[in-house]
This record gives sequence, C-alpha cells and structure tokens, in this order.
Amino acid sequence: MRNYTVSEKEIDVSELIQYVTDANVGAIATFIGTVREITQGKKTLYLEYEAYVEMAEAKLKQIGEEIQADHPDAKVAIVHRIGRLDISDIAVAIAVSTPHRAAAFEACRYAIERIKQMVPIWKKEHWEDGSYWVGDQQGNTAYTEGEPKLEVKDNA
Amino acid sequence: MLEVRLFAALAEEAGARSLTLPLDKPTTVSELKHLLGKQLPDLRDKVDKCMVAVNHEYADNEDAVSVNDEVVLIPPVSGG
Repeated sequence: MRNYTVSEKEIDVSELIQYVTDANVGAIATFIGTVREITQGKKTLYLEYEAYVEMAEAKLKQIGEEIQADHPDAKVAIVHRIGRLDISDIAVAIAVSTPHRAAAFEACRYAIERIKQMVPIWKKEHWEDGSYWVGDQQGNTAYTEGEPKLEVKDNA
Repeated sequence: MLEVRLFAALAEEAGARSLTLPLDKPTTVSELKHLLGKQLPDLRDKVDKCMVAVNHEYADNEDAVSVNDEVVLIPPVSGG
C-alpha cells in the first residue's frame, strides 16, 4: 500500500492501521474526517473534492516527513478522497503509530491541521439552493509569504 | 509559451483547466500573476489571492518561472 494517497476510492481505515502497525509500535492514533450535514445552519446535500493530485500526494508525504523529523520512530499513512462524497462518507483518514502514545496523539493532530493549511485539495459544497467552493478554512485568504505558515506544532 | 493549470473555483470561472501565456523567457511569479490578470481581467482579485506552485512547490513572488516549469495556480485550499 502506498501510504500517501489521493484517490477516488472509498477509504478503508483498517488498511492504514495495518500499514503503521509493527512490533515497535505501542500506540496508533487515527483521525477520520467525515462529511457533515449541517454547517453554519446550512444543509449540505453532498460534497465534491478536487485535487492537484501529484502535488497533493507530495505534500502528504512532506507532512509525514515533518512528523518523522520530530518523532523518528513514527509511521504515518494518510489518504484523502476526491470526487463526489455523500454525508458521513470518509473524506480523509490519517494513521500515526509510535512507541508511546503522547507522540501519536500529537502527530495525528498535527497532520490534519497541516493538511487543512497547505495540501492542494479543494472542497465544493452542494446545498439545495446552490453550490460553493470553500476558500480556505483558516480564515486567511492569501498566503502572502510563500507556503502557508506552520503554526500548530507543540514542542511539549 | 507557458501553460498554467487552473483548479476549483478559478477553473470554473475561467471556463478552462489551463491557460497559455505568451512567454518565451524566464519571468517571476509576480509577473506571471500580472500576466494572468490581464488574460482574466474579471478574475484579477481571485488570481491575486492564489498561491503559485512551480514544479509541485509553493513559490514566492520573487521566485523564477521558466517555460519548462509545471506551473499551477492554487486557490485557497480547503481539503482535510
């Protein structure tokens, strides 16, 4: 299994868990992002995700390497789905394994925050009365200084 | 000629997945955005809010772009 993937296929989280499991691992943290129906009072009918696939996969791999720079023992697997997704479909899944749990929790959180910051994937919301490409979930619209800044690392 | 790929809202509004710019020598990211703004005058503000990716890396305004590079306009992302 390739561990940094963008794909139209339904995500099988157990594959990611299997990928990061081995004898040195004592903790596996997972994050599963699913499609939510109500956002700011509006009802989503379905979502569409689009990606610049080659760069998105490269950026997922970069996130894995950033994690491993802090936690050399960590194993990481990330899959983001694209195409049409229905309510409660899994849009993104992350599995991180480490010998001890503190690092697994921290790294897993870090991964999702980083994905939302800088991986070239876009979400289009479809409502009853129209559709809308979501333009960034961090409250910034322009990254005026090059790559979106790393803000979420804890050095605890 | 340099091909610039478009995605998401920008592709929809431009009605195209890519644009060709009449470039025959290296330029900068900021000049590239300026040229794109001229080709898509109604979308100039949106182009300004985009990042530019050159060969799969985000590029700054002063970074160089040459005609053999893979250049993509990246609107504010919303994955995850």
